[in-house]
Amino acid sequence: MSVLSIDGVWKTFGGHSVLRGIDLEVEAHEVVSLIGASGSGKSTLLRCVNLLETVDDGTIHLDGDEITDPRVNVDDVRKRLGIVFQAFNLFPHMTVLDNVTLAPRQVHRVARGPAEEQAHDLLARFGLADKARAYPDQLSGGQQQRVAIIRALATQPRLMLLDEVTSALDPELVVEVLGIIRELKDAGMTMILTTHEMGFCRDISDTVCFLDGGVLLEKGPPEKIFNEPENARTREFLSSVLESGRF
Amino acid sequence: MVSKWVKSERQAERERMRRSRSRRTASIATASTVVFVVMVGWIVTSSPGWPRVRETFFDFGEFREALPDVLDGFLLNIKMFLIAEPLILVVGLLVALARGIRTPAFFPIRALATLYTDVFRGVPTILVIYLVGFGLPALRLQGIPTDLATLGIIALTLSYGAYVAEVFRSGIESIHPSQVAAARSLGLSHGKAMRFVVLPQATRRVVPPLLNDFVSLQKDTALVATIGPLEALRQAQIHAASTFNYTPYLAAALLFILLTIPMARFTDHLAARTRRRRGV
Repeated sequence: MSVLSIDGVWKTFGGHSVLRGIDLEVEAHEVVSLIGASGSGKSTLLRCVNLLETVDDGTIHLDGDEITDPRVNVDDVRKRLGIVFQAFNLFPHMTVLDNVTLAPRQVHRVARGPAEEQAHDLLARFGLADKARAYPDQLSGGQQQRVAIIRALATQPRLMLLDEVTSALDPELVVEVLGIIRELKDAGMTMILTTHEMGFCRDISDTVCFLDGGVLLEKGPPEKIFNEPENARTREFLSSVLESGRF
Repeated sequence: MVSKWVKSERQAERERMRRSRSRRTASIATASTVVFVVMVGWIVTSSPGWPRVRETFFDFGEFREALPDVLDGFLLNIKMFLIAEPLILVVGLLVALARGIRTPAFFPIRALATLYTDVFRGVPTILVIYLVGFGLPALRLQGIPTDLATLGIIALTLSYGAYVAEVFRSGIESIHPSQVAAARSLGLSHGKAMRFVVLPQATRRVVPPLLNDFVSLQKDTALVATIGPLEALRQAQIHAASTFNYTPYLAAALLFILLTIPMARFTDHLAARTRRRRGV
C-alpha cells in the first residue's frame, strides 16, 4: 500500500483553479520531487496534503486512511506528517531546543527529559549541537532551515513535505540544507519536495513530477524527465531553466 | 597584507567640522529655550489677573497645610491602581481570547465579548463610575460590595478592560499567519498554538501600548472622587471648600505627575528598546 495516494484533487482560489485533477502515488521510502514554474500548484499541493488547505474535489489517503474526509481530526493527521516551509517559520521567542521539543512534548506527550535528549541527538547529527540554547535570529538562514527540518523530524513523521526549502538561502547555505535532505533519504525517509534546484532534484529523486497550470503533465524517473522529456511544455520549462543557469 | 589605518588629514578635518556644528546646534537650542521660558513667564505674570491667581493657586502656606491630607488620599489612588491593574489585564486578555473563538457552541461568549468592548469603549469612564457606584449598591443584592473604593475599582476595571482587550486583540492579530501554520502543521491544536506560539509573541509586542493605558489609568483613579471615597482629589476638594483656596488641587496634580512621569519614561524606554532590537 502506498504511503500517500492523491486522486483527482482540485483546488480553486476565488474562481482560479490552482490544482486541476492531480493524481499521485508515493510509496514508502520514495522521494518525489515536484517541479514547475511559480504558480503551477506545487506548494498548494503540499499544503493540501498537510490539510492547511481543504481540497475542493478528489481524495487524499495517508496509509490507507482518507484524510480529506471532513470528519477526520486534522491534528491527528498532522501528527503523522512533517512540513518544512520556504521561510523556515521558526518560533522566534523560543530557543532552538524549545522549537524542536514543542511538538513532541505538547502533541505526543513525551516527557521533557527524553524529548530534550532526542532533540540533542538530532541537533548533533546535523551539526547544530552548540546551537541548542540559541534563538532563531542568532542563526544563519541555513542553520535556521536545518533547525526547521529537525523540528519536523522530531515527531518521527511518516512523510516529510519540503516546500522550496532552499529558495530563501544563499548558494553557500543551500549546500548544507541539501546535505541534510540527502541524509534523510539515506535513512529511508519518505519525502515530497518542491524545488527549483534541478541538479539536486535529479540527484535525489526517485520520481520527478512536472506541474504546469495545476496539471501534472509528466511523471517519471529523473533520467527520463531530464534527458528525454516527452511533453513539449516540459522541454520548454527545462530549457528555460538551463538558460537561466540554474541547472 | 592589510596595512594599518592612519586617520587621514581629510577625515580629521571632517570630524572637526562635525564637532563645531554640534556645538553650534546645542547653543542655539539653549538660547531659544531660555527665550521661550522667559516670554511665557512674562506673559503669565504680567496678566491683569495674575496677583489673584497667584494667591488662590500658588499659596505656599495652603500647600503645606493640605499636603498631608492629599498625600494620605493619594495612597488610596495608588491602592486602587495597583488592584485594578492586574484585574484589567485578566479581563482584557479573556475578552480578547473570547473574541477569537470560532467554535459555534461558544458563539454567545464571542457575541457577549464583542458587545462588552463596544459598550464600555463607548461609555465615558465617569459615567461607568456613576452607574457602578450608585447603581450596583441600589440593587441591594447580597454580596455586592458597598465600599466606595471597591466600587470604583470595579468601574475602572470594566471601562479599561474593554480598551486593554482591544490592545491584546491587535497584538494577537499582528502575529503572522505563517506562525500559526507552522504550529498547526506540527499537530498543535488551536488552543495550544495560541498558548505556546501566538500569545507569548503577542504580549511582548503590546507591552508599550499597555503601559500607556496604565499611565492613563493612574490619573483616572481621580475620577472615582465623584462617588465619594477620600482619595487625593476628594481631599483637595475638601480643603478647597473650607478655605476657598485652590492650592490643594495643585498639590494633587503634582502628586499625579510624580507618579505618571516615571511610568511614561519607562514606556518610552521599552519602546526604544524594541526599536533597537528590530534594528530599525
